Amino acid sequence: MATKKAAKTAKTAMDCVKIARDAKRPHVWDFINGICDDFEELHGDRLVNDDAGMVAGFGTVTGGGAEYKVLVLGHHKGASVEENMASNFGMVNPDGYRKAMRLAKLAERFRNPIVTFVDTPGAYPGREAEERGQAEAIAKSLEFFAGLRTPVVVVVTGEGGSGGALAIAVGDKVLMMENAVYSVISPEGCAGILWRDGAKAPEAAEALKITAPDLLRLGAIDEIVKEPAGGAHKNGRAAVAAVKKSVLAALKELVKLPPDELVERRYAKIRAYGNFYK
Amino acid sequence: MGWFEPKAEKPKIPPAKALWAICPKCKSHMDKAVWKKNNCICPKCNYHGRLSARERIAQVADEGTFAEVFREVSYSDHLKFHDATGDYKSKVEATIAKTGENESVVMGTCEIGGHKAMLGVMDFAFMGGSLGSGTGERIARACEQAIAERRPLVIFSASGGARMHEGILSLMQMAKTSAAIGRLKDAGLPYISVLTDPTTGGVSASYAMLGDINVTEPKALIGFAGRRVIENTIHQKLPDDFQSAEYLEKHGFIDKIVERAEMKAFIAKMLG
Ligand SMILES: [Zn+2]
Repeated sequence: MATKKAAKTAKTAMDCVKIARDAKRPHVWDFINGICDDFEELHGDRLVNDDAGMVAGFGTVTGGGAEYKVLVLGHHKGASVEENMASNFGMVNPDGYRKAMRLAKLAERFRNPIVTFVDTPGAYPGREAEERGQAEAIAKSLEFFAGLRTPVVVVVTGEGGSGGALAIAVGDKVLMMENAVYSVISPEGCAGILWRDGAKAPEAAEALKITAPDLLRLGAIDEIVKEPAGGAHKNGRAAVAAVKKSVLAALKELVKLPPDELVERRYAKIRAYGNFYK
Repeated sequence: MGWFEPKAEKPKIPPAKALWAICPKCKSHMDKAVWKKNNCICPKCNYHGRLSARERIAQVADEGTFAEVFREVSYSDHLKFHDATGDYKSKVEATIAKTGENESVVMGTCEIGGHKAMLGVMDFAFMGGSLGSGTGERIARACEQAIAERRPLVIFSASGGARMHEGILSLMQMAKTSAAIGRLKDAGLPYISVLTDPTTGGVSASYAMLGDINVTEPKALIGFAGRRVIENTIHQKLPDDFQSAEYLEKHGFIDKIVERAEMKAFIAKMLG
């Protein structure tokens, strides 16, 4: 029935993909500046490189009468052509994931909670990425974050692109913005393989179930952060404020847990992913 | 001498295709019986071809010791996924009928050279060895049973990556399997990962690359992103041996390339 309410919410999965990729949406630095008071960026994996596609650093999140010293990790798509090029549009190399792990280990040592912002088309597909072990870097991240003895709050803010997103999206609380998408493969990639036609991306997007409400139903995320009317790209400030509120609530709950319990709860949550009986 | 000798004709591609095997690496043709008799290894270039899970188990587990577990775990078409070529459910059912397997990994307890182990073997013939919920569940359960019974874990991977027909939950199996492997290691048990041809995408980027020992077979394809995807991204010709077992060993991600005939002895030595 075409009621007024139904018409308002009848957004297709591909509409969400377009919104999620909108360059005017708040990006990692908008979240960092809007959520942290005194952010200090830190660089490098201590092995070969500093990957500009992964932002990392410490900052303080204040609100609700509490103050948290946190490590922030986030994909950096870039806000200008120069930044886009330098950060490969948020497609991270192994060096970026290794930088994230290095600093997460430091955060764990001092019981600093971690907040990650997920917004990437996927891990960088390149010769050097393969040579330096893209597969190993992602695999290690998954194993590493699953066992980390400090709280991890994940916010999927835009594009949650496959393994490149998941590498910093294993956590205790996975938040997802209303118009973000999160998928095992891009709709275009899926359409190219299963429809043999990249133009069938809207069909693929629908079939893959990649929107926040679908993912909540499937148990892949824990909470949806509502966006301001029209979407986060219409009112970045309000969108960042809504995310800050949800992050603060998650931190409040998680810092109370002793590390053993935290890790057990996280494992139980990850362990429950799946649907495997006919 | 020799000017007027009749030249040997180039061998024609034989019409009775079914009787011939073609090596995917060097393209040489041989009698299918020769290929099979040589354990699916190319006599020309030593490429180690694909084996079914059952063939592999027969070559690795001590005779009569393999006891399959978790067969009750299979797939679920929870998204009612269908694409241009049909629906997921019919595709899996056809695969089940063809292979006799009901998931892309076969799991069981066994002994290898007299050492007890938990053995998982992926079958590329099952949906391209893709990682579905059932695959991830079997691997996670295997880790937990291995911890309970103090068994080292050995997994032979062969996969194109995550199973997109299962959407986000297939991606989440990467996290689930990696978390479970982490627990196995924390419990003080070793994990030997054998990356066979091909091991790519979400499987290489999760449990397959997490071995305490990572081994592979000659010329196996191992990588994260597909060659074509990379070429389209960086517009650059890639080396011929890109993403081969030998290339990965050179770059430090593989402990050893082991010939098929030596694999069982190598694993037994690592477990011993
Ligand atoms: Zn050959």
